[in-house]
Amino acid sequence: MIDITIIGGGVIGCLIGRELSRFQVKTLLVEKDSDVANGTTKANSAIVHAGFDCKPGTLKGKFNVEGNAMYDRICGELSVPFKRNGSLVVAFSEEELPELHSLEKKGKQNGVPGLELLSGDEVRRKEPRLSKTIVEALYAPTGGIVAPWDLAIAAAENAMDNGMELRLDTEVVNIERIEGGYRLLTAKGDAIETRVAINCAGLYSDHIHNMVAEPCFKIIPRRGEYFVLDKSEGNHVSHTIFQCPTPNGKGILISPSVHGNLIVGPNAEQVENPDHVETTAAGLNAVREAATKSSPDVAYAAVITSFAGLRSTPDTGDFIIGEAKGAPGFFDVAGIESPGLTSAPAIAVHVARLVRSFFGNLTFKTDFNPVRRPVVHFSQLPNEAKAARIKKDPRFGRIVCRCERITEGEIVDAIHRNAGATTVDGIKRRLRPGMGRCQGGFCGPRVVEILARELHIPMTEVRKDRPASVLLTGVTKMGAGG
Amino acid sequence: MMSMNTYEIIIVGGGPAGLAAAIEAHKGGSQKILVLERDRELGGILMQCIHNGFGLHIFREELTGPEYAERFIREMESLGIEYRLDTMVLELRDDRTVDIISSEHGFETLQAKAVVLAMGCRERARGAINIPGTRPAGIYSAGAAQRFVNMEGLMVGKRVVVLGSGDIGLIMARRMTLEGAKVLAVAEILPYSGGLTRNIVQCLDDYDIPLYLSHTITNIEGRDRVEGITIAKVDATRQPIPGTEIHYDCDTLLLSVGLIPENELSKSAGIRLDPVTGGPVVNECMETSVAGIFACGNVVQVHDLVDWVTEEARKAGHHAARFAQGQLKEGSPDLVTRAGHGIRYVVPHTIRVGNLEQEVDLMMRVTEPCKNKNLVVRHGETLVKKVRKVHLTPGEMESIKIPVEKLQGLSGELNVCLEEVAHEA
Ligand SMILES: Cc1cc2nc3c(=O)[nH]c(=O)nc-3n(C[C@H](O)[C@H](O)[C@H](O)COP(=O)(O)OP(=O)(O)OC[C@H]3O[C@@H](n4cnc5c(N)ncnc54)[C@H](O)[C@@H]3O)c2cc1C
Ligand SMILES: Cc1cc2nc3c(=O)[nH]c(=O)nc-3n(C[C@H](O)[C@H](O)[C@H](O)COP(=O)(O)OP(=O)(O)OC[C@H]3O[C@@H](n4cnc5c(N)ncnc54)[C@H](O)[C@@H]3O)c2cc1C
Repeated sequence: MIDITIIGGGVIGCLIGRELSRFQVKTLLVEKDSDVANGTTKANSAIVHAGFDCKPGTLKGKFNVEGNAMYDRICGELSVPFKRNGSLVVAFSEEELPELHSLEKKGKQNGVPGLELLSGDEVRRKEPRLSKTIVEALYAPTGGIVAPWDLAIAAAENAMDNGMELRLDTEVVNIERIEGGYRLLTAKGDAIETRVAINCAGLYSDHIHNMVAEPCFKIIPRRGEYFVLDKSEGNHVSHTIFQCPTPNGKGILISPSVHGNLIVGPNAEQVENPDHVETTAAGLNAVREAATKSSPDVAYAAVITSFAGLRSTPDTGDFIIGEAKGAPGFFDVAGIESPGLTSAPAIAVHVARLVRSFFGNLTFKTDFNPVRRPVVHFSQLPNEAKAARIKKDPRFGRIVCRCERITEGEIVDAIHRNAGATTVDGIKRRLRPGMGRCQGGFCGPRVVEILARELHIPMTEVRKDRPASVLLTGVTKMGAGG
Repeated sequence: MMSMNTYEIIIVGGGPAGLAAAIEAHKGGSQKILVLERDRELGGILMQCIHNGFGLHIFREELTGPEYAERFIREMESLGIEYRLDTMVLELRDDRTVDIISSEHGFETLQAKAVVLAMGCRERARGAINIPGTRPAGIYSAGAAQRFVNMEGLMVGKRVVVLGSGDIGLIMARRMTLEGAKVLAVAEILPYSGGLTRNIVQCLDDYDIPLYLSHTITNIEGRDRVEGITIAKVDATRQPIPGTEIHYDCDTLLLSVGLIPENELSKSAGIRLDPVTGGPVVNECMETSVAGIFACGNVVQVHDLVDWVTEEARKAGHHAARFAQGQLKEGSPDLVTRAGHGIRYVVPHTIRVGNLEQEVDLMMRVTEPCKNKNLVVRHGETLVKKVRKVHLTPGEMESIKIPVEKLQGLSGELNVCLEEVAHEA
């Protein structure tokens, strides 16, 4: 029997897995998709929020501020790009000032450090491209930006380096109670017996909960759509620019991404089902219109892609974290909407503590290594180091992705690491080939070829993303098939 | 400090432009020439163009892409010109040094007396045109699909819609049909096709593939693989008109929505770019704003025929050799070309009359299709050259040759425009 099974490999499940890999227990993470970080974790604003907009006294407020403070260390240990670029909430009229000032007050109650109110002119001195109509802004120096999927992937990898097991393409379809634990039935038809189960299934966390316990919350998917702009626009602003929040959410933001692009979004729209991650013309237009208020001259001609993510909004209004009623050893970590990414490191420590006290006496591993083997970013190496690296492994001398300058060596490494890539999108998420200007036009075929070779599968079996996302439909009349 | 290898001429890119430039530089007396190509073979984008239609102007016969390239590769090899494959230029500086990497030689910095840029172009991506919907598998740029089908022998789909009527999209519509796929429609947002007329006839009409002008894609369906696509007619502001939607059940979308010159290196060297062409601003010798760095082929302007790429590259190679030998007259230009009424851009942008040997070849595209116009070059009010054109379209590049005698002593602007044909009684 496995000691602990985590259901769902988003940033929450992966960070919990890493915390639990500190202990001498057998931990398994199961994920229904072909990669970790393939749900909400891959499609959000990627902001490490300062924590001024959560209601004081809520789990959101507590974990946001705690989580934020943990980011420097955890991103350092896991070599995940993170930057405290600071955030600004801007107010366009006198009417918005009470809201702005209440954010400052809430922030202080939540313990957010360094908050400061700035005049319109002070804001524009910091950010010259912002609108002339801004009258005041709340500045939060602890706001930051991160690559959320990098964090989840790195956490899963580091957890595996420390003994956690990961099973991809493994969807939990039902859960039975057994003596001393639970039996998880998977879509493949096998069963996993476990003493403790942790429900980190994001948009599906209510379904998973209801397999075991009395229904007590419901997840309402709410979609947010974004533009991603070319790096040429990455310096449009240097801080994350929010507008005053509305009952619908934090509103439309404009922010640099940690990879140097500019991101603009999200709107908020309730959708029927957790599979509705399509963008819409109406939604994107709304985003653009609202963002124009903050900065009138974003060059939308430089848009390289758009995407949508779904918030797991719980009908209870706050994160749902803890042992489910009447189901000992079954823990919910559900309804983790924004600021879930920010809160994730703190939530993980908290959940590990709950699990530890459930078992009573978990012992620490003496050889736990919190540091992930560094990832070589070839293009960022100094010239001498580049030369040395190619001498050691000639595959670093072959650039596969022109736009992002990614070498074959890096791609092969991304496949063979723990929690490695198995799909084209998996490679993309780890290294960003195909995320540049050409969006994979040139390197796509090469990436498929490398995946096939390294995973020992025919090219026709390489997938874009999920199991059914077939890329190639067969061979040509002339083709021998590769 | 690593020792620095030096060359007379370094050519970045081994496509048709790079090959022709190298050969011409050699003929011009340059001895130490190096062609750098990041791919596994020479020939550039031609190697995936297995259809006929290359070389009609240069060789007076119809060749396939690889056959056309092969002639230049053989000539280059017989001249003993050095080239390196699997070698990418990472950085170019205005002092004409380049950083390169390869598996074989690792990281190196090379110095040249003259550099010729011939990096070609890349395809515009989906995001740049911003189609709403999901992001399933089955969406390919036409060039990527071409690479899979023609070079790997693998099919990208069975039921296909093509967005954009650029030449590569048209050619792939035919290619997919010949491979047994069903091509349902080609949608083009403009009221005319950007492709060559000959390609519309030979690739669509001959296979009964409908071309919908003034149409765009309004939605993509499918979570894992493309399952359906909706197109709709657009109004004059390119907004979809409700009620005009047509839905297709399909598994593949090919995008052929334009090409962009590949100028990341040019930017890093501080070379001035023309916002209209996306390529470097060049003078009569195909020299960029940085002395001794020349450019030719698709990196300067997107060409529709490889023959013109070859001609342009010969010019660049020839003058690069002259530069390396100190024979080019430096100095500010005598003439600046201007795209006037009806003309989108003109290449070259500036002319130093003293460097012209016989004539200058002005290349341009019109802004929209039109019939029966005069293509006119004027210096002030003075007519320099006039050519009557029966049919003009943005999809086909135009050129005007002006003999050097006509330019001698002129300075200021050379204005290129379209004018009505005067009625001759
Ligand atoms: C539009 C938007 C903007 C946001 N912006 C921010 C922000 O700027 N800052 C911030 O802090 N937070 C933000 N968030 C919130 C943040 O993205 C989430 O809180 C976080 O990603 C949640 O992670 P998760 O692991 O709970 O969920 P997910 O990433 O969705 O992971 C759940 C995983 O469970 C898997 N799963 C589901 N069912 C099963 C099953 N039956 N069997 C096996 N596996 C299963 C899924 O495939 C998925 O991989 C935003 C969210 C959205 C939608
Ligand atoms: C997909 C496609 C299909 C076409 N079909 C036709 C057709 O049917 N008929 C026709 O007449 N014309 C066609 N054309 C046009 C014609 O083929 C091109 O105009 C011609 O190939 C351009 O030549 P080039 O040398 O400028 O560029 P390319 O052929 O693109 O060559 C550029 C070369 O530079 C290399 N390179 C780029 N950057 C670097 C770097 N940093 N370091 C080293 N090497 C680098 C590239 O790998 C490439 O090999 C097509 C063009 C495309 C893009």
